[in-house]
Amino acid sequence: MEPAELLAAYEQMAVIRRTEKAAHDLFLQGLVKGTTHLAAGHEAIAVGASAALRPDDYVFATYRGHHHALARGATPQECLAELMSRATGLCKAKGGSMHLTKAATGMLGSYAIVGAHLPMAAGAAWSARLRGTEQIAVAFFGDGATNIGAFHEALNLAAVWKLPVLFVCENNLYMEYTPIADVTAVPRPAADRAPGYGIPGEVVDGNDVVAVQEVVARLAGRARAGGGPALLEAETYRHFGHSRADPATYRPAEEVERWLKHDPLDLARGRLVELGVAPETITEADERASTVVREAVEVAKAAPPPDPREALTDVWADGGAAWRT
Amino acid sequence: MADVISYREAVAEGIAREMRRDPTVVCLGEDIGEAGGVFKTTVGLRAEFGSERVWDTPISEQAIVGAAMGAAMTGMRPVAEIMFSDFLACCWDYLANEIPKVRYMTGGQVTVPLVVRTANGGGLGFGAQHSQATENWAFTIPGLKIAAPATPGDVIGMMAAAIRSDDPVVFFEHKALLATKGTPPPPDHVVELGRAAVVREGADVTLVALASMVPLALKAAELLSGEGIEAEVVDLRCLVPLDMSTVLASLGRTSRLVTVEENPYQGGWGGTLVSVVADEGFGLLDAPVRRVTGECVPLPFADALEEEVIPTVEKVVAAVRDLAAY
Ligand SMILES: Cc1ncc(C[n+]2csc(CCOP(=O)(O)OP(=O)(O)O)c2C)c(N)n1
Repeated sequence: MEPAELLAAYEQMAVIRRTEKAAHDLFLQGLVKGTTHLAAGHEAIAVGASAALRPDDYVFATYRGHHHALARGATPQECLAELMSRATGLCKAKGGSMHLTKAATGMLGSYAIVGAHLPMAAGAAWSARLRGTEQIAVAFFGDGATNIGAFHEALNLAAVWKLPVLFVCENNLYMEYTPIADVTAVPRPAADRAPGYGIPGEVVDGNDVVAVQEVVARLAGRARAGGGPALLEAETYRHFGHSRADPATYRPAEEVERWLKHDPLDLARGRLVELGVAPETITEADERASTVVREAVEVAKAAPPPDPREALTDVWADGGAAWRT
Repeated sequence: MADVISYREAVAEGIAREMRRDPTVVCLGEDIGEAGGVFKTTVGLRAEFGSERVWDTPISEQAIVGAAMGAAMTGMRPVAEIMFSDFLACCWDYLANEIPKVRYMTGGQVTVPLVVRTANGGGLGFGAQHSQATENWAFTIPGLKIAAPATPGDVIGMMAAAIRSDDPVVFFEHKALLATKGTPPPPDHVVELGRAAVVREGADVTLVALASMVPLALKAAELLSGEGIEAEVVDLRCLVPLDMSTVLASLGRTSRLVTVEENPYQGGWGGTLVSVVADEGFGLLDAPVRRVTGECVPLPFADALEEEVIPTVEKVVAAVRDLAAY
């Protein structure tokens, strides 16, 4: 990455980190209902991958998908308004934290059934190939999803049809509360499965935005050129618990400490300094990120709730919900 | 084109007509290419449209329907085949959680114009895991349109409407009807989804039926006619949208209602239909309603056993006689 590109990536990660913190605080204040699955700690995967993709490529994510929505064009304001059930939310407050979607920028949704979106990403890649657009599709998913049938069906289909799709596993070591290692027969839940489908399986430091950008650029280029799918396992860690107020006490203290020291923002900052970017320039990026998110919180808070009549729209393409004539 | 067409040929013909007019229509499923489908309902499609539009898949029901969904979200109109409707259970997440919800939960951003076709129902002695009438599974889910044609002409016309629909459609092709024949419909024949048909007029009782139960209801009506009871037969054709106005209008003429369903009584579509009648058409009724349905057992193998548990002409005749005397 060039310094300017890395600085932009850093700022995007800073925006995501602060948006996640805001979501957490708003949840504790009772302004965010239901649940949230924060991705603080995973920023480098979303941002590094996005930096390697074309704007018209397709992205499919999971319920832990705030970072992907933000990296793929949703604004903090749209996302926070959605979380706070406002009419101005990204999905008109019909989606919520687990379903952030911005189709106009290729963010084709966040899916809360573990692994369900992997076949969809294969299908979007198939469609791109049929239409001859040279777009690719990317499915981001957790380590837990590697033991779901849809994961295996999607990998095989993508491999035999040579589809331009990347499967990117965010291995944060845990499913909800259970370590993935306790329930998976191979050490690398994603990468080790790739040979069984005859596709490349790679491992990357998911907290290093530059490393992620490089490997995704390479695998995306290969897919775009007709080389078929690949499976990437990005090692990372979530800073918060699984969801809501989960304090994640099941994680050993030294493990948490080790990973917090390997923070994606710190890593990127270090690299910027190495590249000769002045510390004040980095501080300015941090300040811009803070301002954007602070304003987003205020604007979203002030937005109106959805019109209750909206509950009966958008089932069908005609906009309505009628099931009988 | 020949002057008769079978229901099974009508499936391929209906798909082919749409593939000719719209290059975004593509097919995927197990054995649908060279093999022409296990029920021979896709014969000729590979030869005419090639392997870039007619795709053989692995035995991966989740991948088939999930990939169809992803393709539908991004500009294609996929027609996915699930070989037997019983196997819809293998990809139920897509039908229950993904396809019908994505438009709603994205606030209308994404539309999923796909068709999932499947061979439905009993009557061929295929045993408990290849014979169910499963249209009610889909009927419980907001966001899926449900088509179940009874004649070759309707197969073609409803296939056109289903493929052109911007909403997802589950298209039930009935196994017991595959060999039945009819007149091929004219070019550009489209049967709008959600329009029931009065396929026999009569003043004494309304029989509401779907798919293979339609010819069965018609046979029962012929027998009853010999006894002086004239049954009106309504072919629902679709469960969603459900054409209650045709049903209520028929009841206005007959004042008696019998539903004929292949699926078990519990949770059957007839239950919903009669509840709407009770709610909005109670004053039209001169007698209780009757529902002729399957028994609540897995479909047995032997013909004699299968006959015992799914509706037959005799069972329908008995129900109507009983009601006519009320
Ligand atoms: C099919 C399915 N089973 C179970 C769940 C409940 N569930 C939600 S998140 C989760 C853990 C998933 O872990 P992983 O895939 O590693 O993703 P992470 O949360 O670590 O990002 C589970 C079991 C679900 N949503 N879907």
